[in-house]
Amino acid sequence: MTVHDITTTRRTFLAGAGLVIGVAIAPKFLSAAPTGVPAGGAADLKPMNAFVKIGTDDTVTVLSKHIEFGQGPFTGLATLVAEELDADWSQMRAVHSPTDNKIYANLAFGLQGTGGSSSIANAYEQMRKAGATARAMLVAAAAQEWSVPAAEITVEKGRIKHTGSGKESGFGAFADKAARQTAPAEPKLKDPKDFVLIGTDLPKLDTREKINGAAIFTLDIMPDGLLTAVVAHPKHFGAVVNSFDDTDARKVMGVVDIRQIPQGIAVYGENTFAALKARDALRIEWDLSKAETRSSAELAAEYIRHFEKPGLEATNNGDVAQAFQQPGLQTVEAQIIFPFLAHAPMEPLDAVFIKAADGSVDIYNGAQFPGFDQQVAAKILSLDETKVRVNTQLAGGSFGRKAQFGSPYMQEAASVYAAIGGDRPLKHMWTREDDIQGGFYRPMYAHKMRGAIDAKGQITAWEQIIVGQSIMAKADLDSTSVEGASNLPYRIPNLKVTSHNVTLPIPPLWWRSVGHTHTGFAVETFVDELLARVGRDPVEGRLALLDATSRHAGVLRKAAEMSDWGATLTEGRARGVAMVESFGSFVAQVAEVSVGPDGAPRVHKVWCAVDCGVAVNPNIIKAQMEGGIGYGLGAVLFDAVTLGKGGQIMQSNFHDYRSIRINEMPDVSVEIIRSAEKPTGVGEPGVPPIGPAVANAWRKLTDAPVRQLPIVSIMSS
Amino acid sequence: MVTFTLNGKERTFDGDPDTPLLWVIRDLEKLTGTKYGCGVAQCGACTVHLDGMPRRSCITPIAMIDGSDVVTIEGISGKEAEAVQTAWAGLDVPQCGYCQSGQIMSAVALLQMLPKPTDDEIDGAMTGNLCRCATYHRIRAAIHNAANSMEG
Ligand code: FES
Ligand code: FES
Repeated sequence: MTVHDITTTRRTFLAGAGLVIGVAIAPKFLSAAPTGVPAGGAADLKPMNAFVKIGTDDTVTVLSKHIEFGQGPFTGLATLVAEELDADWSQMRAVHSPTDNKIYANLAFGLQGTGGSSSIANAYEQMRKAGATARAMLVAAAAQEWSVPAAEITVEKGRIKHTGSGKESGFGAFADKAARQTAPAEPKLKDPKDFVLIGTDLPKLDTREKINGAAIFTLDIMPDGLLTAVVAHPKHFGAVVNSFDDTDARKVMGVVDIRQIPQGIAVYGENTFAALKARDALRIEWDLSKAETRSSAELAAEYIRHFEKPGLEATNNGDVAQAFQQPGLQTVEAQIIFPFLAHAPMEPLDAVFIKAADGSVDIYNGAQFPGFDQQVAAKILSLDETKVRVNTQLAGGSFGRKAQFGSPYMQEAASVYAAIGGDRPLKHMWTREDDIQGGFYRPMYAHKMRGAIDAKGQITAWEQIIVGQSIMAKADLDSTSVEGASNLPYRIPNLKVTSHNVTLPIPPLWWRSVGHTHTGFAVETFVDELLARVGRDPVEGRLALLDATSRHAGVLRKAAEMSDWGATLTEGRARGVAMVESFGSFVAQVAEVSVGPDGAPRVHKVWCAVDCGVAVNPNIIKAQMEGGIGYGLGAVLFDAVTLGKGGQIMQSNFHDYRSIRINEMPDVSVEIIRSAEKPTGVGEPGVPPIGPAVANAWRKLTDAPVRQLPIVSIMSS
Repeated sequence: MVTFTLNGKERTFDGDPDTPLLWVIRDLEKLTGTKYGCGVAQCGACTVHLDGMPRRSCITPIAMIDGSDVVTIEGISGKEAEAVQTAWAGLDVPQCGYCQSGQIMSAVALLQMLPKPTDDEIDGAMTGNLCRCATYHRIRAAIHNAANSMEG
């Protein structure tokens, strides 16, 4: 998603957003919430501001307004605080902040939320200010206690010192006193050249609990008296329950109740297995009258028909129609079909509801937009919003799946909880089958591209038509459908990009890198084909279409240099390159590929260059590039959710919605371009280039351009 | 009634004999390090050691394990476990972390059998463990580091 889309959609939240520091909040319920990462042990934690608490045991706890589901905001935000606080890394801790759309707003969105690879970018100054404020308050407290001028006090690695008097202390001794100081309005921030933590490789704060089984995810919350519920869903999008027979299901040992809810049939058990077994024993008649009954192939045929109609204009530079009529041109055409993709985070969607003595409700879930979850749950539970607390938990991945306007998942979970009265604590969970068949996919898209090359070998015109669902549910142009194509980085005098919005009962959603998942593939494979047509080298040819000083060119040159582009390769191998800018970060990748023994692409090695401005945590940036490459590669090689004849969803679990496995993961080298630009995101930008880089190598190996994804299923069909 | 040991302690179970070991460990024993990811032996998130061998607890009916010895991520010990966890921390392998208990259980079992695995042997032992965050590159490196550290 782009930051712009979220801000425009949620403009109402913008009022009052901005830097909020010095608001001390004491969320009592948080202390009861298991979050998986210790908040400084049993010591008393004194709030310095909304983001920083200092414990009497010297620990510093950062309240992360962003959810930690693997992209590293706990460590990243804590690094920013620690830098300005002059803390020692060993004293840093992180927990999720409570839910508050104002105090904990994503400054790029105007409400609390994680996404668009924006965590570090939006919080870069805010968290540094929070650290600098806390430092100033500690110094003021020490100056008072020691009766020395604050200006003479230094702080280094978690120690407060006054050289003149020889006094020295940790943070903990002053925590209480510091919390009662007035926060400075504009604390002074460090000159980046004085950074000691930012830009270094610090151990991640959440690693230890994630390797000994202690980390608590939503699924792990087990209050006494817990009911576990699953829901039987239809196998067709848009189907609803006609009738059901639960006679056998009710006989299953441990079943507590079975209720119909708007999303299907909810089954409640004393334990997970009872609920699952009873769900299998249900007999349900579905009403398909409003369901999608077309197959994926039928949908594709319909998408292609849109190519002939006028579309929504995204870009129109020069005069494409005229450019294609020039004499002596070579033209190249391509049509590419992209499938629906499920996100398949490792932890399927889940939520836990616990009613407090006063009738208010605590919800524990992997909340990516916690404010929406709160609003939706309050409405369904008929409670005031202040009586519903959303406690964000560590989540086993998301890749976009948990970032939903209107919180449709929470609508289901809260309906399940409401339907049984809500006196007992309840966990609602999706199984993997619910997840793969649950919709909210990266939409299916069809692209048509046309390029013209003149007699001198110059690309003179580029036309691109994109057909697919609008993720933002727009009637007019949806920028998430065309991003990456409408702002084509290459200098081509005549450029026209249009799109067509298609409406289906299959709910769409952003999937790690959103529009770039398909535009990056289409643009980078097509430019490669055009260059190949005139015998240009893929790297040199791209560079000739870019500004030599641009960051695009910078990462491209770096990836070429890292891979020793042009070197003689082992027999049977070929290399492809791709470069995509997304979310303000620039990434180029070179992939070395051969035809594997099973006839499928075997990716041996990937070289990746990234420019994301100031590199706050190089180790996390590299991990996100590695992970993005693996996630993107699995999708282009194997993944598609398809509708069969009659519209039935054909995939259901990891056996037919394949994920990349360790034996298919290439060796990856990452280099980060040194930069003084403001930091930009890394959670998504590693994904888009890998698909086209592999496809470009594959075209060299097989002479066949990739026109349909995933690559592997085409070959087997 | 099924009797087994779990992390060295004797346990009994007399509920539905079809119940997979996974849900006994999690729902009844409240050991939550062992995760659910697929329920059909496709992802490895639920991997435990059953009589010393890695086993997908999601497809192991509790009735099958009478008299067996079950070890979960919370109960692993010994030089391989220590080497693996140290190597994992050294490379900051986990991202979301949800698959990592299973990865570690498979890696520890691998090193118990083959103290110095080759890349192919790592592939053979670890292909059953999915990581949607694709931390595979570091998993491989961490297994090699763990093997090297045990030599020294
Ligand atoms: S949950 Fe057992 S293998 Fe996936
Ligand atoms: S670390 Fe997220 S699934 Fe492996």
